[in-house]
Amino acid sequence: MRDKTILVLSWFTALLLAGNLAIMLLVLPDEVEQGPIFRIIFFHVPVAWTAFALFFAAMISSILYLVRKNLKFDSFAAAATEVGLAFGAANLLTGMIWGRIIWGIWWTWDARLTSMLVGWIIYAGYVMLRRAIEEPTERARMSAVVSILAFADVPIIFFSIKWWRTQHPQPVVYGSGIMSPAYRFMLFFNWLPLLLLGIVLLLIRMRQEQTGREIDALRREVHAF
Amino acid sequence: MAVPAVRRAPIRTGMKRPRIRFFRQVLTVAWKDLRSELRTKEALNASFAFALVILLLFSIAFEPTEDQTREISGGLLWLVFAFAGALILNRSFARELANDCLDALIAAPMSGAALFLGKTLANFVLLSAVEFVCLPVFGVLYNVHWTQQALPLAGVIALGTWGLTVVGTVFSALTVNLRLRELMLPMLVYPILIPCLLAAMQLTAPLVMGEPYTAELSQWVRLLVAFDVIFSALALALIESVMVR
Repeated sequence: MRDKTILVLSWFTALLLAGNLAIMLLVLPDEVEQGPIFRIIFFHVPVAWTAFALFFAAMISSILYLVRKNLKFDSFAAAATEVGLAFGAANLLTGMIWGRIIWGIWWTWDARLTSMLVGWIIYAGYVMLRRAIEEPTERARMSAVVSILAFADVPIIFFSIKWWRTQHPQPVVYGSGIMSPAYRFMLFFNWLPLLLLGIVLLLIRMRQEQTGREIDALRREVHAF
Repeated sequence: MAVPAVRRAPIRTGMKRPRIRFFRQVLTVAWKDLRSELRTKEALNASFAFALVILLLFSIAFEPTEDQTREISGGLLWLVFAFAGALILNRSFARELANDCLDALIAAPMSGAALFLGKTLANFVLLSAVEFVCLPVFGVLYNVHWTQQALPLAGVIALGTWGLTVVGTVFSALTVNLRLRELMLPMLVYPILIPCLLAAMQLTAPLVMGEPYTAELSQWVRLLVAFDVIFSALALALIESVMVR
């Protein structure tokens, strides 16, 4: 049943993405100032939204684990965080490519870039911690605590770094640009397949996590004899 | 038959004042930690020596002039404090591993919150002691008169150190059973501490330079206080899940 759900969702996502790509490349005109590279925003921004949605889901699932002590919630939180990290990386990389073309530099310590990087590193620490703990329930408890602390920290990081950067003006300033309705529509409409892609990856990763746990349990049973 | 009225003295079980009992337990744990640290001095010595080495390396790496030193003083001092703090925090729970002391502490008739707060308090005192020695050394080695705003500076250092120790103690408990404990603790703690360290650095530099406290600085104080309050509350709420065996 779950296999079929994943398969159907994947196909739907692929078709949507292909359709959106065709519209982006063939129908929508180049942006006046930035030229063709502007289209990267249709991926850059929605993957960040997806990443935050996944980190949020991971936090909720971590709280549920601490309350219910059901390892299913732990698998969900682990899978959501890992997929969120992949989307976060996609956001950073697409941002860097865009920055190289428009700003002429790969990286600048601008508020949003710095915040995203710090958040990404915190969640990378979460994944490292999971690898370091072998006992499943202990791993679940510890990583749930880290997930909650990490998500509580994200808004504080964003505010603090924003204040820090506004005190020291940077050469690169984010303009509050106005986007034409067609672009805006594409931005939101491309979020749908990317969010679905996140869900598909989440389901696959969650199943791996549960299978891994079953194998572990079986191995222990064999050793017990 | 008339029964003489007996005035019973109230029974003191300690249960009537749970709050006082809680703080007594906190102080007991903190005092125990401080005493065992003062007897061995292993974390204190290591932490202070490490702080000294970093102060030395900074001056060799950047050879700052007096003005430059004042400008980077916030960043320099807090990096030193954070690195020195990691050594103290690493030992905080690792010290209890020998002879299964940690299991005994967790089994002791007190809440995980009391154990955690006691440990945090001890770490706070130890790190403050290291900082208290580091500041004059910094002043001498870098030729900086840092005492003009001593009181506000002390306040900022206390707030920053509390944030550092409260988050650090949670992660000290979290990572105590790991093989890569010494590596994992700073890996996890420093990124989470960024708002706290950032605010402390922004406040420390002008205060070391002797500039008066301005309204512009107050937003960083608010951030620091908010960080301390939020993470103290979260740590107390979550610590039972960390301490379970």
